Amino acid sequence: MPSILVDLAYITSAALFVFGLKLLGSPATARRGNALASTAMLLAVVVTLAHEDILDWRTIGGGILLGAILGAALARTVAMTAMPQLVGVFNGLGGGASAVVASAEFFRLAGADALPVPDATTIALSTLIGTVTFSGSAVAFGKLQGLVSGSPITFPFQNAFNLLLFVSLLGLAGYLATGASHPGAYLLLAGLAFLLGILLVIPIGGADMPVVISLLNSYSGLAASAAGFVLGNYILIISGALVGAAGLILTQLMCKAMNRSLANVAFGAFGTAAAVGPGEDQDRPVRSVGAEETAMLLGYSGSVVFVPGYGLAVAQAQHEVRRLMDLLEARGIQVRFAIHPVAGRMPGHMNVLLAEADVPYDRLFDLEDINPDFDRTDVVMVVGANDVVNPAARDPGSAIAGMPILDVDRARNVVVVKRSLSPGFAGIDNDLFYMEKTMMFFGDAKEALGDLVKELRELD
Amino acid sequence: MGELIVGLYVFVLAMLAGFEVITKVPPTLHTPLMSGANAISGITLIGAVMISARAETPLITILGVVAIVMATVNVVGGFLVTDRMLKMFKRR
Repeated sequence: MPSILVDLAYITSAALFVFGLKLLGSPATARRGNALASTAMLLAVVVTLAHEDILDWRTIGGGILLGAILGAALARTVAMTAMPQLVGVFNGLGGGASAVVASAEFFRLAGADALPVPDATTIALSTLIGTVTFSGSAVAFGKLQGLVSGSPITFPFQNAFNLLLFVSLLGLAGYLATGASHPGAYLLLAGLAFLLGILLVIPIGGADMPVVISLLNSYSGLAASAAGFVLGNYILIISGALVGAAGLILTQLMCKAMNRSLANVAFGAFGTAAAVGPGEDQDRPVRSVGAEETAMLLGYSGSVVFVPGYGLAVAQAQHEVRRLMDLLEARGIQVRFAIHPVAGRMPGHMNVLLAEADVPYDRLFDLEDINPDFDRTDVVMVVGANDVVNPAARDPGSAIAGMPILDVDRARNVVVVKRSLSPGFAGIDNDLFYMEKTMMFFGDAKEALGDLVKELRELD
Repeated sequence: MGELIVGLYVFVLAMLAGFEVITKVPPTLHTPLMSGANAISGITLIGAVMISARAETPLITILGVVAIVMATVNVVGGFLVTDRMLKMFKRR
């Protein structure tokens, strides 16, 4: 295939990627957008296969077949609750593949004397970004899957050590960039980058995972871009940059949702001091209710807002919430869901979990859209959420001061479904639980909501 | 003008296009957006095919196949799981 045709096909692919991402911006067109992007990918791959003088089809064809089978199997079997892990795995694989491509180019060029300076520079960068993405994603996966402790892992002089590591990496990259085709130096660079990826993610706590996943998503794109620079291939540069931008936007949104800077998330080891919380307020009275009383309250109200948190997903109670919604709506009650941006373990995770349980997306409301409505809401049902509804965020002296919260304390009645009074991830007590209008419905979210469904069915 | 500089122009403009297009995605779709974008980052599959096709030593052949498998899992899995999620988003 003539190379002008290849370039035209790549340009078409790039345009389709941009258009596909644009269509992903609305629920009505998102599926088409994804289909468009996958078509663009297919086009780019087919054109490349047709253009290259492929010596051995077996290795390439076999590799693609194996990858496609594995990818399809993962995509079909993964539970929606495990979506953050899966995206973590995919981030790591994409970044890792880019690093491997760069390494292959290094060993190809290293055979022939000194490396040209531009090649050496891009190879070093691509290896660095790709490898950090790979090992960082592996740790993120381990944390999300519970293989590695979800709490921050810290050691003395951690940040200083990481900085030293980073500077050594830049030094090595600089050495390689002078054209030195030293395999030892190259492998050391890859090894140190691997270590850096691990060290950058271990001090980050489980609840900060939305930020980490977003950031690694961005890195996987930048790694592809860097590989594009290595090979002088613009479709890689463009597609990688698009993904890099997407990841950065999501990272920024997640940080804003927790009122923390990226630096604070990355280096603050948030959640380590979590043990101090309970104890002091154990004696404060709370109002405890059961299923029957809650069913009466809900059944005779005019409007209900559910605030689902990660605890709901852990208890697998999404379907019970939907049943509850159906019953309440059948009684003519307005039902809405208030979704905090960090309600799940990755951006938008809770929306996917509720969509899986057949909750229509037009019932889901973002923080800014629902907050003004709480003072006109009869009952708020908080299920498995804690810090995101803690009024302490309005108190400048609090550990979560300034974090955007759902203003549920402004509703007429609040029911909190929770196992105990234990503090949330931030490790601070929640005044909401002790307010006069708040009723604590203690129990496992799935059982509690199941009981509520039963009681509601019996109501008149 | 060097190839590297042209590449940088392309990179910066593509980043800006990305920011422009993606800023408007509503929070409800953030997870599918991320997994869809993630699949696009598997574009490195093209690089893996290029180095595999040109491989002259066993080492590069092996690296090429490893990169192809990793990138294909990313691409195929990413697009399929995004579609699986988007299928669930319904209005009533």
